[in-house]
Amino acid sequence: MATMKQYLLAVHMVEGAPTPSDDEIQTLYAQVDRVNKELQDAGVWVFAGGLLPAETATVVRSENGRTTMTDGPFAETKEQLGGFWVLKCEDLDQALSWAAKCAEACAGPVEVRPFQDEPES
Amino acid sequence: MTAARPSADLDRIYRAEYGRCVATLVRLLGDVNLAEEAVQDAFAAAVEKWDTLPPNPGGWIVTTARNRAVDRLRRESTREARHAQALLLHQRDEPQEVGPVRDDQLRLIFTCCHPALAPDARTALTLRLLGGLEVPEIARAYLVPEATVAQRIVRAKKKIRDAGIPYRVPAAEELPDRLPPVLTVLYLMFNEGYAATTGPLIRTDLCAEAIRLARELAALMPDEPEVLGLLALLLLTEARRPARLGATGELVLLPDQDRSLWNRALIAEGHELVRRCLRRNRPGPYQLQAAINAVHTDGAATDWRQVLALYDRLQALVPTPVVALNRAVAVAEVHGPAVALATLEGVELPGYHLLPATRADLLARLGRGAEAVAAYDEAIALAGTETERVFLRGRRARLGLP
Repeated sequence: MATMKQYLLAVHMVEGAPTPSDDEIQTLYAQVDRVNKELQDAGVWVFAGGLLPAETATVVRSENGRTTMTDGPFAETKEQLGGFWVLKCEDLDQALSWAAKCAEACAGPVEVRPFQDEPES
Repeated sequence: MTAARPSADLDRIYRAEYGRCVATLVRLLGDVNLAEEAVQDAFAAAVEKWDTLPPNPGGWIVTTARNRAVDRLRRESTREARHAQALLLHQRDEPQEVGPVRDDQLRLIFTCCHPALAPDARTALTLRLLGGLEVPEIARAYLVPEATVAQRIVRAKKKIRDAGIPYRVPAAEELPDRLPPVLTVLYLMFNEGYAATTGPLIRTDLCAEAIRLARELAALMPDEPEVLGLLALLLLTEARRPARLGATGELVLLPDQDRSLWNRALIAEGHELVRRCLRRNRPGPYQLQAAINAVHTDGAATDWRQVLALYDRLQALVPTPVVALNRAVAVAEVHGPAVALATLEGVELPGYHLLPATRADLLARLGRGAEAVAAYDEAIALAGTETERVFLRGRRARLGLP
């Protein structure tokens, strides 16, 4: 009877923050892998991925039938999306407790946002 | 049967039952807005239908609200409506509730005080949903514009629904994070009842509600000293309430109160809780305030040195302007009004009448009449209840100055 909701758990990278050492990166990968496994075993996993830096982004706009492209991310801020999980949870509390594990694993703050409900057919 | 009596009864029942009924309807419908609408519908029906009071008014409201909600949901076809209908259908096999259910309120208070909601929104929402306070009353309690409170409540309800904040009592391991905001809210609810910001000074229903919820919490979490501390604080304050207003409804200060009117049972219960807290030796702000009130209610007169020592510890823990203001009263008793006035130097509490009222009292005791008059006038202009204005005008008149 419980309706499941989807949540985006977004990790942000801060431009100019000190780059972790190779060892540290390996530790982070291992930690995130472990959490991913846990998420899958718990059946809440929908999708997840890490992103390359925002400088690799391209913004595409379509206006008046014309397509334009610009180099770089959409928002010119220091904080850019670095990776994310999409989880299917019973409620916000469940999503928040997973977010706590994710934040620990990737050693950074995690923003939790609910998805809109899927349109009904 | 006169028309006036049921309406007065209805007012009383609304105050007493609103929060409980909303909490139960939230469980039945799974949605705060639907629950509020249904309960309001039911009270509107009560205005029309109650020639005499039903034996169980709360039960009548819950049943009527539930039926009204079913009717309303049948007419609507939104997603929320269908979800709520499904929930109601699902509950058909469960025993029918005859009235509000105790756990519902506990569930709803943890939802209202969820850490994912802004702190200001938590209290506003709890006062609205569980205390049944209207937006203007909450706005006055907070000293913020009504529009701000209204917006906080709307946003919080939207987040509860959209983000899927659940209705449940948190598990044991979650409680350390989830409890403090609940304690804050209960404290503020009691305060609003004890020193109502508008209308009559004391709203006993809000005090009773806060104490009831604090008792539930203490039963749920007997090992949390701050829960016991909060309950003790509320009980020891409530115990003095019968002496707080005089024969003509005038405000009576602590030293002038008729101590025989104090509720000895509540004081005994409060003192026992304070002793339990002391044995645990994990002091916190509520326990310290409870201890201060235990001193006030111990023996024939207050031991102000002990009170001041406790305020010193409280100020070290929570260095807020309100604590500084309350501490100043104890300082005046121990070290005199001049020292007390000096401690209030630089303390700012915009819109809070008790700061100028306290300053006025200290100035009067120092014989600085003109300044005292000005401070009383400031306090009178800020006071939200007639009881307090009358009291302050009386103090001001005693100075014998124009």
